[in-house]
Order: sequence, then C-alpha cells, then structure tokens
Amino acid sequence: MSDVYIAGIDMIKFGRYPDRSVPSLGAEAALLALDDAGMKIQDMEALYCGNLMQAAAMVGQRILQEIGMTGIPVTNSANACATGATALRGAWTAIKAGVHDVVLVVGVEQLGRAGLLGGGGGGGGIPTEGLLGSGLMPAVFAEAGMEHTRKYGTSFAQFAKVAVKNHQHSTKNPKAMYQKETPLEEVMGAEMISYPNTKLMCSVNVDGAAAAVLVSERKARQLGMRRCVKIAASVLTTDPYTPRDLVMPDVNTCTRLAAKQAYEQAGIGPDDVNLVELHDCFATAEILHYENLGLCGDGEAGKLIDEGDVWHGGRVPVNVSGGLLSKGHPLGATGVANVYEVATHLRGEAGARQVEGAKVGLTHVIGLGSCCGIHVLEKVS
Amino acid sequence: MAEKAAAASGPRPVVPYLKIPGVGDPYLEGQQCGKCQAILLKQAGVCPSCGARGSLSAKRLSNRGELYVYSIVYRSFPGIQTPYVSAIVDLEGGGTVKGNLIGIEPDPEKIKMGMPIEVVYEKAPQRDAEGNEYLTYYFQPRS
Repeated sequence: MSDVYIAGIDMIKFGRYPDRSVPSLGAEAALLALDDAGMKIQDMEALYCGNLMQAAAMVGQRILQEIGMTGIPVTNSANACATGATALRGAWTAIKAGVHDVVLVVGVEQLGRAGLLGGGGGGGGIPTEGLLGSGLMPAVFAEAGMEHTRKYGTSFAQFAKVAVKNHQHSTKNPKAMYQKETPLEEVMGAEMISYPNTKLMCSVNVDGAAAAVLVSERKARQLGMRRCVKIAASVLTTDPYTPRDLVMPDVNTCTRLAAKQAYEQAGIGPDDVNLVELHDCFATAEILHYENLGLCGDGEAGKLIDEGDVWHGGRVPVNVSGGLLSKGHPLGATGVANVYEVATHLRGEAGARQVEGAKVGLTHVIGLGSCCGIHVLEKVS
Repeated sequence: MAEKAAAASGPRPVVPYLKIPGVGDPYLEGQQCGKCQAILLKQAGVCPSCGARGSLSAKRLSNRGELYVYSIVYRSFPGIQTPYVSAIVDLEGGGTVKGNLIGIEPDPEKIKMGMPIEVVYEKAPQRDAEGNEYLTYYFQPRS
C-alpha cells in the first residue's frame, strides 16, 4: 500500500464570521490548501468534507459550487469533535487503498456564539439537565478531570495551568482566535462554569475551516517531495465498553487504544514525538491525555504541567498553536487544523512559535459519544 | 387493581429506569447481562459489553452507593437553577448512575469523592407541558 503525504495544507484564521456561510469558509480554506500544494481543483480526484452542524446539508458539494464543480466524488462526514480527523482519515484510506492519488480534505464549522453544548435529555417528559446531574460538556469533562483528581490528587491549580500555557502559546499564533496571556490568578479567578473548569479553561466556540491536499507516494515523488509531510499513522477508534462509559463518557480508553495503534503503525514510541496537538476541549481533558498518549506515566500528568515539559521549549510541547482553549474549536475544522499546525512545524515554517528541529508530531481529537482520531506526521528527510 | 390505578394517576417516572411499583417504594432498575454481568440503565436486546443476545434481565439496584466523581455546575441553560452538583454514583452491588447531589454545600472542601451516598425519591419541581407530575431521584450524603 502506498504511503500517504500531505502536499498542501492551510487554515483560515479562526474567529467569528457571522456574514459568511459554511461553504464559503470551507471554500476559502480549500483554495488556500490548493495554492499551498501548487495544484488546481481539476487535479483533485475526490473530496472528503467534515462538518458537524450541517451534517445533512451536502456541505462538500456546496464547497465545490464555490471552487469548481468537477464531478468528483464527495464524502461528507460527521463524527462530533472528531469530524475533521474522520474526513482526513477517509482521504488517507482512499489513497492507501489505491483508489485515488490526489484527494482534497476540508474541515469546516460555523459555531458562532453557540453557548453551552451538550445537555438536553432524551425526548418526552421533563428536561433532565440540572435535575439528574449535567450532560453539558463543561461538566462532563470536569467529571472526567475529577476522576484524575480522585486517583492522583490533581489540583484545580494544575488543571488551570493548562489554560495558562495554551493561552500563552496562542500569543505567537496569528491564526488563533485569541492571542492573550492569562496568568494563573486570572484563569482560576475567572467565572466558574463547571468546577473545576472556569471560563478560561473551556474551549472557544468559533467559526473556522482548514483544508489539506493528500497525495500518494507516487504523486509526492512527481511533486518532488519538497514540502510534503508524511502521514505515518492514521487511526480512528470508538470507545470500547467500560463499566461507567454509558453514564460518564470514557475518553481515556478510546484514546489509549488509538495511541497504541498509532505508535505501532508509525513504528515509533511516545519518546520520539517532538510536538503534540491534543484535544484540550477543556483544561481538565488535556491533563488526562498526557497519560493517555504516553507522554508520561500514569499519575505523572500533574508533574508534567508543573515542571514545564509540555510548554514551548519543553521536552514535548503540547498545543503550541494555543489549542482549542485559545485558538478555538470549530468542531468540524479542528481535526484538520491540528494537522496543519503540526505539518507547519515539520516544514519549519511556524515562525515565532516554531518547535526547533521537529521531525515527528502527533495530533489527537475526541468526539464525544465517543471516538478518538490520531494522526502521526513525519518530516520528509 | 386499585393500587394500579393509583400508580397510574400519580407522578410519572422521570426516566424509564426509575420504577414506581403499585405497592412499595420506588427504586432504580438496571438490566444485567447474564453472560458478562455488565449492568445497563436501559433495555437492550444485545449486551453492548459482550455482544450476547437476549442475555439481559431486570435487576433492582441498591439505594446505597458511593460518590465516584462530581462537578459543581454554575453555568447552565437559561431557567435552570444553579449551582447544582452533578454526581456520578457507584451503587452497591453494581450499576453507575448520574444525578444531582443534594443535602450538602456545593463546595469542593465539603464534597468528598468516595463518600457514602443514598438514593432518595421526590417529586420533581417541574411539570411537563400537559401538567403531569414526575417522580425523580436525588443523591444525598449517608452517614
């Protein structure tokens, strides 16, 4: 099977574009990625499009209406917050299988000020939110974090430091929604949304789009490989049954399963990874994934954030883009945008936030309900 | 028959796994797999844990358990009173249930993970659009 390479990739600045449409945001990112690859829409053999909120509305086709209706197959995918990674993996699979040599991927979302996500309850009767606990995302991920507190004594301050780090990182990313430092006192003193997650520890609802051109090895060689980045692993898992999972979503087991498969597929271990973009939908979640991805041993995540390993310049920088907490979390775009971030570092083009000498990077997303997508990227030497 | 009629006219269960018998106290009912012993809160033809078919049967869950984890919710949908404590409770003999923890200050200094909990049943403060009443459950600290 052919190896798969990224020949072009880009994203629009995440923000709020109330006067734009979902297809127009996706189209803008697609054109940027085509330009980055030095290709035209006529070179694309298929489009894999990820969008969650308009999952039934043929977003991929509507993007082609804005960039060129060439008759290629379009696959629209939705997989909660792993939607973008799922689209990317669809393209990867098609190239692996030898069906296509050049595939366009677009992840796009228009969330605006969507407010709290989740909650609700299943039809009929009276609403159960606030009566039978909470199904709101800040609470769900707070409870997941409290499991870590229960096991290892992880503190509110340690969770808050994740937000301090990611907001600080974003000051060097011109494509992030925010570029504002938030000291620890400010993070901990911000409005409490769902203990222990304050407002500055919750990801930002934004509009955004990211796109990539994926190519086969044969095509990459034709292009001269120059700015290509190899996709060394593409993995998607769902949550295997664990006893509390259906009441308290388990984002750990599906991540551990995906990480194991990704490291095997790439033929590397966690120690070989130079930077990670992981799913910090809430500050509490990031702490869990240090261990889930093997960046440290179980129970050591608190120490990892305390000692600076995951900061820019540390042993394994995490979310140097600013992460979902500061760059923003446009659901369907997230799993392509994090690949853009890592690829940009591997190409040595990340400017002020460049992780020097980066050769291998990992991206991770969680879709609650649940699934986990991981991509391992390698610099082409 | 008289009891059945009384139950039918009384409050409805807030969720299907809360059972209101014609005689006796309300309780929570899980479904347990006879093959792998997994306990669910819903009816299922196939066990999601082991894939066995027709292996699930009703199991009355305990009203005693311990607090596994929680979060104190300060920001919720409009009209929902905050703060409230969303709690995940492991019941004695199996089964994990989510609900509101009451009878304790919503304060991380006071709430201890692992603390003993009991399940209590009360009429829900809200009614549905047709004016029907509902019976709900809460968790409260148990000494």
